[in-house]
Amino acid sequence: MTITVNGVSAALPDDLRVSLLDFVREHLLLPGTKKGCDQGACGACTILADGERILSCLALAVQYDGRSITTIEGLGTVDALHPLQQAFVEHDGFQCGYCTPGQICSAVAMVEEARRGVPSHVTSDLTSDRFDLDHDELRERMSGNLCRCGAYNGIAAAIHATYGDGNTVSDKPQVMPEAAE
Amino acid sequence: MNIIEDAKQAVQGLVQGAMAKAVALAPDSWMPGGEPDPLIRHQHGHVGKPLSRIDGPRKVTGSATFSAEFPVDGMVYAAVVFATIAKGRLVEIDTRSAEASPGVISVMTHRNAPKLNPPPVFMSSSKAAGGDNLPIMQDDRIHWNGQPIAVVLAESQEFADHAASLICATYEADVTLTNFAVAIAKGTEPSLFMGQPLHNEIGDAEKALKEAPVAVDATYRTPRHNHNAIELHAVTVAWTGDTLRIHDASQLVAHTAWSVAQMFGMDEKQVVVTSPFVGGGFGGKCLWQHQVLAAAAAKIVGRPVRLVLSREGVYRVVGGRTLTEQRVALGADKHGKFKALIHTGVIAKTPSNILPEPFIMPARSAYASETMLLDVQAVELDMLANTFMRAPGEAVGTFALESAIDELADALGIDPIELRLRNEPEKEPTSGLPFSSRHVVEAWKMGAERFGWDQRSVKPGLVRDGEWLVGLGCATATYPYYRMPGGAARITLTRLGQATVDIAAHEMGMGTATVQTQVVAERLGLSLEAITFNYGDSTLPGVVLAGGSQQTASIGASVIAAHRALVKELIKIAGNDSPLAGLKPDEVASRDAGLCKADDPSRFETYASILERAHRDEIRVEASPPDPLETMHWSMHSHGAMFCEVRVNAVTGEPRVSRFLGSFDCGRILNSKTAASQFRGGIIMGLGLALMEETQFDERYGRIMNPSLSEYHVPVHMDVPDIDVIWTDIPDPHTPMGAHGVGEIGITGTAAAVANAIYNATGKRMRDLPITLDKLL
Amino acid sequence: MIPFSYSRATDANGAIEQVAGNHTKYLGGGTNLVDLMRENIERPTALVDVTGLSNEITETPDGGLIIGAAVRNTALASHPIVRARYPVLCRAILAGASAQIRNMATVGGNILQRTRCSYFYDAAGSNCNKRTLGEGCDAIGGFARYHAILGASPSCIATHPSDMCVALAALDAVVLVDGIHGERRLALNDLHRLPGDRPDVDTVLEPDELITAVELPQFSLASRSTYRKVRDRSSYAFALVSVAAILNVKDGLIADARIGLGGVAHKPWRARKAEAILRGGPATIAQFEAAAGAELADAQPLQDNVFKVELARRTIVAVLEDLRDTQ
Repeated sequence: MTITVNGVSAALPDDLRVSLLDFVREHLLLPGTKKGCDQGACGACTILADGERILSCLALAVQYDGRSITTIEGLGTVDALHPLQQAFVEHDGFQCGYCTPGQICSAVAMVEEARRGVPSHVTSDLTSDRFDLDHDELRERMSGNLCRCGAYNGIAAAIHATYGDGNTVSDKPQVMPEAAE
Repeated sequence: MNIIEDAKQAVQGLVQGAMAKAVALAPDSWMPGGEPDPLIRHQHGHVGKPLSRIDGPRKVTGSATFSAEFPVDGMVYAAVVFATIAKGRLVEIDTRSAEASPGVISVMTHRNAPKLNPPPVFMSSSKAAGGDNLPIMQDDRIHWNGQPIAVVLAESQEFADHAASLICATYEADVTLTNFAVAIAKGTEPSLFMGQPLHNEIGDAEKALKEAPVAVDATYRTPRHNHNAIELHAVTVAWTGDTLRIHDASQLVAHTAWSVAQMFGMDEKQVVVTSPFVGGGFGGKCLWQHQVLAAAAAKIVGRPVRLVLSREGVYRVVGGRTLTEQRVALGADKHGKFKALIHTGVIAKTPSNILPEPFIMPARSAYASETMLLDVQAVELDMLANTFMRAPGEAVGTFALESAIDELADALGIDPIELRLRNEPEKEPTSGLPFSSRHVVEAWKMGAERFGWDQRSVKPGLVRDGEWLVGLGCATATYPYYRMPGGAARITLTRLGQATVDIAAHEMGMGTATVQTQVVAERLGLSLEAITFNYGDSTLPGVVLAGGSQQTASIGASVIAAHRALVKELIKIAGNDSPLAGLKPDEVASRDAGLCKADDPSRFETYASILERAHRDEIRVEASPPDPLETMHWSMHSHGAMFCEVRVNAVTGEPRVSRFLGSFDCGRILNSKTAASQFRGGIIMGLGLALMEETQFDERYGRIMNPSLSEYHVPVHMDVPDIDVIWTDIPDPHTPMGAHGVGEIGITGTAAAVANAIYNATGKRMRDLPITLDKLL
Repeated sequence: MIPFSYSRATDANGAIEQVAGNHTKYLGGGTNLVDLMRENIERPTALVDVTGLSNEITETPDGGLIIGAAVRNTALASHPIVRARYPVLCRAILAGASAQIRNMATVGGNILQRTRCSYFYDAAGSNCNKRTLGEGCDAIGGFARYHAILGASPSCIATHPSDMCVALAALDAVVLVDGIHGERRLALNDLHRLPGDRPDVDTVLEPDELITAVELPQFSLASRSTYRKVRDRSSYAFALVSVAAILNVKDGLIADARIGLGGVAHKPWRARKAEAILRGGPATIAQFEAAAGAELADAQPLQDNVFKVELARRTIVAVLEDLRDTQ
């Protein structure tokens, strides 16, 4: 039983109770993924499973046997920031920094969802599969990530700056699994 | 215990009271801040610039290390079991199944916990940090529903959590008092805050109220709140010989080290508390039982321990803001001049803590009134000790006061901004002290212009956009400027022109290291790259609380003192061959990596040159600032004017905020990027306070019933519009850098601005928080 | 969380055999079950992961839709046919939880999620008949803002938290179930129970029974449908009241009307009394109000949730009005 995390294959834990969150934090010593509630209510533990954003606290690691996981450590490093990470710094999209990895992972996948045409609660025309990540669309789609410091404006600005309306950006940022250490 | 505590406080209060008079009358020049900080004159340097956070790259890559993320060899994981009755004693606690459970190393209860002294409760002495003074796992007594009764230590979190679920406790319950109304009916007690009675009287306010031509008189209620920092409270602790190392999430590392040392009967130097990053604090990341339990458990198992409270655990163990019931009555003449301002009410606390929610603080300085009656009464309930949460007093006090002013404006037919301006005080009404810096009128004017206040419909309920009723509201924001005693800083300057500042301060998202790097670079005349700012470690100088929006001032004053000491030392070693020879420290300023005569910059020598001539590789100084007498000499406050546009759904009553502007007067802004974020963050927590936040305390059992982020609502992205923030940027001539802390002001006034906007939208006056849709149906 | 074993089912029969007669549970996305296991409310000793089974969405020959039980919420809400023909379902799903959770949660798991009553969740400190039958219900007399106003009993006032199910109730969805005793088809409206004196039992399913798919009937293209959710914050919150409605108006008269209510009962509530008044009647606000009033006449609110009666009435009327005006 193995799982791929940031491009590296890892053996799954013997104890089946280990959540995907605790697996990356405690077993793989990748603490960038944060535990904020351990009950699916805050989004701090958001990671990408085959590119889709999920809550790693509500996932048993064993459920993701054979899957490819990307954590914040897989998106960029201090010396080679992902464009969205850079934008978070420039637009002050965080204060304490604790919800930040979850916000960034969430946003990366959120943009992909929008490009794929996944509608949201505020999408007015459900039959259209092209829409702009306008103010409401962006905020609704990011509402699964709480920020108690209240950096929401900066987060939205960083996402807009990086991806525009979600459709027209040419320098589409890529997940960089090789960036993991 | 409580009576003794109160008596002690009363004595402190008298002493303070007597001293306050002398300090008030002393000349300005005797005061700290009597001479403006020279940095205020630097207009084109690092200070004020929108520098991005220097720790930003670490935070956005997840490589900033939080307290639960320090790997320690041989570490044991802990899980806590909580009591389920409000008061009584443990008859039996059966830990056998837990102990026999796989992976379990030990179970700690009151039967085997090491003997500990009770925690020194916060504000009982200068370094006390405890949330309450109750013994920690020392006996079978239960004091609140949720008190820790056992800690399981195991090889993994999974083993520990499972074993914790196997522990069975039986209790003998005492008669409890958990109902606020019942407690009030039994009688209330006057309360003290920082040694002073929460009571002020000017003239006969009740009589003036009766005689006033126009008056409003209403009761406002605010519920309990929890801080809900997204980072769970967590510690990683290790004993090395007689030294205890605590990796904590803390907003008071030095206080914690001292307090934990008291409890374990150790020297404070034997306890090292570090906290490089704190995942949100808001008043909640102080000393509660979990750090002490982890340290005690580590002693028992002889291994390092990591204890991460579950989200429920945070609610059970870490206090929050208490509830309030406030009366505000305002009487005015027909021109709107206040004849009477009454702000009184009751809060709940516990017998084991000192903090009442001081909701009358805003009324003490915000408005002129011929008469005034301000008073906070307290009742004591069997519950987890309440504590300070972002703007304790002001956050909920401004809700009541600023709503009442809106009600009065409506009754008078005067614009609510105009009404406030007509009652602008010349000096602080309750103390008679002059204001150090008060430009709230400018803030109101700037804000009203930018927000488009003139577009507001005076008559409520008239503006509609489809299903949505639209309204505008405003309120005053206010928060005191504090600087607490205990600051100290160390500066190390090398011959290479690198400076390191060491101070036991904290970073919980305010941008401490970033902003202080800017300030220190400016003060020392160095580049940003030349500065290293060390903080978050109790072994560094200073006893600095990241609370009360005072950390910036405390660090600023400490660095000023250390800089003075540095200049003195540099002049001394510069000797007679230096262009600076013969100058006194007061005549010297820093610029361009060196010192110059303040009024003759051509008399200049670089630090490198001075050190080289003196054959020194580096020079190190440490100093403390004078006691903060300035806060007793001037009335020192931050101010703001808050503007809100709400939309209330006419069908469902759903209230949503569509626009918000905060116009602030908070002295000089040190970093426009991080300050804007703090303002916004405070406002957003204020939106939560206004519309959704409530810790549901089941008064039947004294138990918190929504200990979860899914049932305790904080604002999500979708709840938050673009929030506009502007500021006067007028320096306070009596504070370091001319600055004020800006962490708390944003939450003040916000709830009232929302409630007043809702009134404007619907004609319905909301006096109970949170303003949920059922109240608007 | 107690220790358990885990296996991935490769076919339904194998899964059913594993589950039958043991403390074994089917595991979908895990968003509810894993949480409840961590809270020691669910204590299975074995999990059979059924997410590898039946995750197709296929059209039936008569124009309906069969949705595999393992289809993720996001996939279902994104499906072009669902978006075009069943907007009520699409909108209900999108109103629920967060994007992350919708990416994980399956159709089967969503249907079988358990109540969010905070007394139910407080295994250590509160009494709850749903958790331990006979213990009593601390929610009665406690915080009951999110609790039932319809169909509750003296032993339980919990509500079903799903948004998707409210739409499925209105759509007359059929749940396909397989078990040790064979397959059966159940109307979604018959799947969830009212609490009565057995609030510990949420549904009529046997422990071994596995939801394999949900079938949506074909709908008249003339019908309009939508979902409106009313909640305490703008997103990522459970419903206080939600309304799923399908309306077909011909020449000013209501040809068809189906209404599901969420946040008001132990199960997704099908408002049949309201529908009976609507069908054949004029599509007027007065008629909508009469219908809503009739449905809510039976409401027995508590002090904390008395507002829900008025809120539900208003929301039903507003949703019907909206659907009428977009015919």
